[in-house]
Amino acid sequence: MKTLLINRIRRISIPIVITCLLLGAILAGCAPAAPQPAATENASDQVTAFPIIPGTPRFKIATTTSLYDTGLWNYLEPMFEKKAGVKLDIVYAGTGVALEYGRRGDVDAVVVHDPAAEAKFIADGYGINKRSFAFNHFLIAGPAADPAGIKDLTPEQAFKKIYDAGMLDPDKVKFISRGDNSGTHSKEKLIWQAAGLKYEDVQKSGPWYIEAGKGMGPCLLMASEQGSYILADISTFLAFKSKVNVAPLVEKGDLFLNVYDVIEINPEKVKTAKMLPTAKAFTNWLMSDEVQDLIAGYGVAEYGRPLFNPLKGGGCAEAGCPKLEDYTVPVQ
Amino acid sequence: MQEIWRALVQAVNLIISLDTEVVQISLRSLYISASSIIIAALFCVPIGSLIHFHDFRGKRVVINVIQTFYSLPTVVVGLLVFLFISRSGPLGGLELLFTPAAIIIGQVILIMPMLTGMTIGALRGVDKTIRDTALSSGAGTAQAIRAILFEARFAVVGVLILGFGRAISEVGAALMLGGNIRGYTRVLTTAISLETQRGDLVLSLALGIILIGIAMVVSVIMNILLQRY
Repeated sequence: MKTLLINRIRRISIPIVITCLLLGAILAGCAPAAPQPAATENASDQVTAFPIIPGTPRFKIATTTSLYDTGLWNYLEPMFEKKAGVKLDIVYAGTGVALEYGRRGDVDAVVVHDPAAEAKFIADGYGINKRSFAFNHFLIAGPAADPAGIKDLTPEQAFKKIYDAGMLDPDKVKFISRGDNSGTHSKEKLIWQAAGLKYEDVQKSGPWYIEAGKGMGPCLLMASEQGSYILADISTFLAFKSKVNVAPLVEKGDLFLNVYDVIEINPEKVKTAKMLPTAKAFTNWLMSDEVQDLIAGYGVAEYGRPLFNPLKGGGCAEAGCPKLEDYTVPVQ
Repeated sequence: MQEIWRALVQAVNLIISLDTEVVQISLRSLYISASSIIIAALFCVPIGSLIHFHDFRGKRVVINVIQTFYSLPTVVVGLLVFLFISRSGPLGGLELLFTPAAIIIGQVILIMPMLTGMTIGALRGVDKTIRDTALSSGAGTAQAIRAILFEARFAVVGVLILGFGRAISEVGAALMLGGNIRGYTRVLTTAISLETQRGDLVLSLALGIILIGIAMVVSVIMNILLQRY
């Protein structure tokens, strides 16, 4: 009797399962056409607010975190969308990850700040039409008491002193590294090299050297909690200044220059990059007087000084600044 | 500690003022996770029933494997789906990466083992007595199945609420597959992650409170519906 019922259930349950699977597949396929929940904005925004699969192609870029976390992209995004008539999708990641998105063809352009990695990206054929559009500087911050005594040294001297003091007394002197292949992490490696140390040795030299593997903001919060030294870009530092308890200690040095570049993905190498014309318009737009002026004014009201400097008008005059044609000649 | 109080106040403010962006993000969270749970349920409840009603070799092993995958880390799901749907992956032609659909795929995969395994558990909980009762009262097969499913409804809905909770609260897959694009793939958890990264801890916490609020509303509605039917 018992087994009889089980057999009957078995016979009936198979068609039920198959029906349900089919229903599920159909429903999944129909989902984009499902009624959209009411949004509070106007009708055209309602359509774009909840699509599952986009009807129109979207222009995707991957940008470095400092430009995103400081709110610059939030500010610029609607202007480009309006001007170019596209949806601009901005994904943020460290330079290393952003370039990987580019190699895989998941974005149409990258905005990054790591000259060496960019050169390789272009040499490998993934990127074309590199242009620069903004710059600022790095700085070394740390506890106001400055236990390693680095104030106003050069970046490389300061790193050497932090290394020596950290090796001697790791409880008192610590250094937090991004450790995430970001542009800032690459800059840190360059400074260790300039200080006459091998990065691989520094990395494993002791408990004073902390690899956080996080974005700039979280690393600054960590440095503040632990009283550590840290290499940071000035824009993120200013944006976090009121939230963290670390003081700027070294602010001058040739190595501190930080240039932001935009690179388009090469459709000949990466077959899935289909938005090259939009990418070109985007590059030229970033170099336009209009945007350069907006960058010059961004953050002044809130922080008393701009977070990023425009390149327009030759404002960048130090060694290592981009050449004139790198920020003036429009992409064809 | 002050932050927690300020976050509560800000959460209430955001809800009362119906802040456009927060409302959109919340609705998007609800929409994506509800889609995930519906799709996953359509697969998992039947599969769970199928496994439960059939005796076959290795049934125990299958159930053990399913239960092992309860602890599937969200970032691993995110990474695997990323490799499949990235434009240079095998499903790249569908251009799903950094879309809401990508998040749904990730969440469905994430909650499937839990939904399947716990459906089996829910049916097991009622099966024996009901089967006997149905048989002794001379019920047909369809009626017996209906009776079993009906008796298991509280447990199954509990499973669905749990799955919804896991979907709406996960951040790893949503961040990796959706990309946290403003106005498109930003959901509550990825917004919280971003605001924490930006250092706005109070806003992060306020968004967290809103997320809990949504979960509460969903679970209350489900329970009211259950009481009624």
